[in-house]
Order: sequence, then C-alpha cells, then structure tokens
Amino acid sequence: MNAASFIPLLLALALSPLLLGVINRTKALFAGRHGQPLLQTYFDLWKLLQKGAVYSRTTTWIFRAGPIIGLAVALTAAMLMPFGKLPAIIAFPMDFLLFAGLFGLMRFFTVTAALDTGSSFEGIGASREVFFSALAEPALLVALATLAQQTSTLSLSTMFGSISGARWLHSGPVLALVIITLMIVLLAENARIPVDDPNTHLELTMIHEVMVLDHSGPDFAFILYSAALKLWLFAALIVGMALPDTGNVWLNLLSAIGGILVVAVMVGVIESVMARLRLVIVPQLLVGAGALAVVAFLLGLA
Amino acid sequence: MFATNLILVLVVLTNLKLLGSSRLGASIRVVAAQGVALGLLPVLAHRQDLTVHFALLAAGTIAIKGIVFPWFLFRAIREAEIAREIEPYVGYAASLVTGAAALGVSFWLCTRLPIPENIASPWLAPVSFFSIFAGLFLIVSRKRAVSQVLGFLVLENGIYTFGVGVVVRTPFLVEVGVLLDVFVAVFVMGIIIFHINREFDHIDVDRLSTLKD
Repeated sequence: MNAASFIPLLLALALSPLLLGVINRTKALFAGRHGQPLLQTYFDLWKLLQKGAVYSRTTTWIFRAGPIIGLAVALTAAMLMPFGKLPAIIAFPMDFLLFAGLFGLMRFFTVTAALDTGSSFEGIGASREVFFSALAEPALLVALATLAQQTSTLSLSTMFGSISGARWLHSGPVLALVIITLMIVLLAENARIPVDDPNTHLELTMIHEVMVLDHSGPDFAFILYSAALKLWLFAALIVGMALPDTGNVWLNLLSAIGGILVVAVMVGVIESVMARLRLVIVPQLLVGAGALAVVAFLLGLA
Repeated sequence: MFATNLILVLVVLTNLKLLGSSRLGASIRVVAAQGVALGLLPVLAHRQDLTVHFALLAAGTIAIKGIVFPWFLFRAIREAEIAREIEPYVGYAASLVTGAAALGVSFWLCTRLPIPENIASPWLAPVSFFSIFAGLFLIVSRKRAVSQVLGFLVLENGIYTFGVGVVVRTPFLVEVGVLLDVFVAVFVMGIIIFHINREFDHIDVDRLSTLKD
C-alpha cells in the first residue's frame, strides 16, 4: 500500500454523486428539457444532512442501523476497488469475492430495514430486490471469475493492471462479453431502467425506491450517497476491465474518469431509449446476462 | 483468427437469443443474421488460400440463408397470421440455462474428440456442436412449426460450421448439394406449414397428435 492507493478512494468519495447528475442531464437532453444542475445530488445530500430524522414507533434499531451499515459497506467496497490502474488500498487474492459479498451484506440490511417498518409496500420491494439480485449475483461472480481466469490473477488490482492492448487483441470477444454482462448487472444492481425505474412515483412498481421510503433526513442522505458510491464502483469495474494500460499514470487516471462518465452517459441513453421491462421479463434478462457470463467463461477456457 | 472468433461468438449469441426469444419475426431475422455471418466464415477461415470455390460458396450461402429463407418464412408466418410463440414446452429462461449447459457440454465433448490440428479456431468445433444441440433443443421444445423449422436451420448451420472449419477441402459439388437439400427442406416445410394452417386454423404441432378421423 502506498499513498497513491488513496487516490481511487478519494475520487470515488468526491465524484460519485456527479454520476447521478450526468445520468439525469443525459435523460433531460433526450427529453428536450434543460434538466437539473449537474451537482444536484450534492445539493440534495447537503439539504438532507441539515434535516432531522423521523422514526416510526413500530421500527426497531434495525431500521436505524440499515443506512449506516449500508454506507460503511459501500466505503469498504470503495477501498477494494482499484481505479485508473492504481492499486486499491486493500488488495489480496480473491478480494473480488469480498467485493461481491459486501454488496450482498448492504442489500441484506437495506431489505431487513425495509421489512422492519412493517409496510406491505416495502415488503413487495424487498421481495423483488432479493429475487432479482439472486439472479444478478451469479452473473457478476461468473463474470469476475472469467476475468480472473483470463488474467491468471486473483486480485482486482492485479486483474485490472494486466488489461492491455495486447490482451484485447488476444481475447477481445471474451472481454467484450464480460463487459456486456457487467453492464446488465450494473443496471439491475443500481435500480436503473430496464429493471427498475428510479423516477417512478407509484409504490407498486418500485423496487429499490420503495424500500427506502420511510428513511428521512441524514439516514436518507446516507442511502443516497451509498447508492451513488455503488454506481461509481460498478462503473469503475467496467471501466477497469475495458481500458488498457497506457503506461502513463495521469493518462490512465484521466481516461478512467472519462470512461466512468461515458458509462454514466450510456446508462442515461439506455434509460431514454428503452422502456422498463415487465417484472416477469426481468428474470429472463438476468438469466440471459448469466448465460452471457457462462459463454465468456467457457470461451475463455478453450 | 480474430474475425473467425468474432463470427463464432456471434453464432453463440444468436443461438442464445433464439432460445430466449418469443417473437417469431425476431427469431427469423436472427437466423438470417446467423446465416450471413456463417456465409462469411469460409472466406475468413481460409483467407490465405482464397479461391473462387470459397467465394461462390459464401455468396450462395448468404443469398439462400440471408435472403431466400427469411423471405420464405416471413411469408409463411404472414399466411398463418401469427407473430409470436405461445407457451413453448420449456420456458425461455429455462431454455437459456439449458443453452448455457449445452455450451459447457460441447466444450467438454471437444476435449474428448480427436480434432485436427490445423483447425481455423479452437472455438470452432465446440461452437458447431453447440449449434447442433441448440437446434435439436429448439425442435423438441417448441410448439410452433415455424420455430421448429428455425431449429432445423440452426442444426444445419452447426453442421455447416463444422464442415467449413474442420474439413479443409470439401468438393464444391457436395457443399452446393447440401445447400440445395436444405433449400428444398425449408421449401417443403414452408408449404407444409401453410397447409397445416389452412386445414386446422393453427400450426401448433402438439395438437396434431390428438387428431381423430
């Protein structure tokens, strides 16, 4: 570990709310609106932190612990994620399993906090979230295993470090399949459009939003910030896999930041041109993503 | 090598799309795209010794699989007035999982088979076996006759892939003969679909088994 390892974490902490702004501006552009300011998420976070929290009398400590544990988990995951070919603060063999597991933990506490409120709407959201993530997780793990197998290393930092132009030439189709899989997983895990609509205002159709309806003030700020961090980390996963090492530290960092913004714009474009899938179709999409990951893995083996 | 691999990946993806899609029109287009991609395969796999033979074969394959078959099948579903498959025997998500498993089996199978050394790509034999399995699965797991014709075409595409990549010198006449056979088969199947539809007002083949005099 050296001082440069803190750069990925600091960038994630500082820039992750910007991604939501970029997505919203892209969608506004498609809709012909001016759209909210790019920094709107920062303003929202600041506003929410000023407020007090309201707690229902039916809730217990689980409800209060949910957002805090969620934020702690997102921060831990941010320490595992290398960026722009700089190694992460924590890097050890098989750390990608911890990375996937941390998001499982975050989801577990979001879901239990939602169930703790006793609201039937939140129960619906919790049930859907668990169902869909159970299908998305195998896709994520097989995709990461494919990358580990392709690069013959077991840590996220060394995996991303060994992506080069030569590797793209050698096993381009495999990497492309892995990236497509991860893009679908990103959309599913971050409650974006083909799976869930972040702008919906009907509780019956929500998945992620409905689970956090009862959180207010600083708690909601924590949830918003950990969601932004999660989006940043998944985007960083894709960018780390896609961009080859240029050999220059600054060029790597700049291209990685640019890449993350491109991922955000792509999410915005997908949200603008696609309708949300019916809930019964969503499992098919996620199973399809898993099948793509398996294809990539098998092609990589041969 | 890179272009060949790209085509093979495209074949795998189109097969998965066929397994997971309920729309007949989209499925026909996907099979057409697969046919065009496979038409390019002999040209790319034998780039160093490209002859008129391969060029003619590619042109013929693309013309028949990419233009004639789709036109014919679109006509068939227009005559039969159907747009989508209703409730196949095996659901679409389950079909996708089966497809992924079949790909695994194909790769395993090819580690046990004596494959010639001078093959165009290490993925070629597994992908052709996967196409054969996917085609067979489509034939047995779908109710619509049109889907079964598509399964037959995918099956044939698998055999074609294997032939193009593994056998370096197939006589031109044999290749053309196979292409002609497939053409006649699809032609006959199209006519049968039309007649089943005219006689029974539907083309669900599972209901044909309960026919009585």
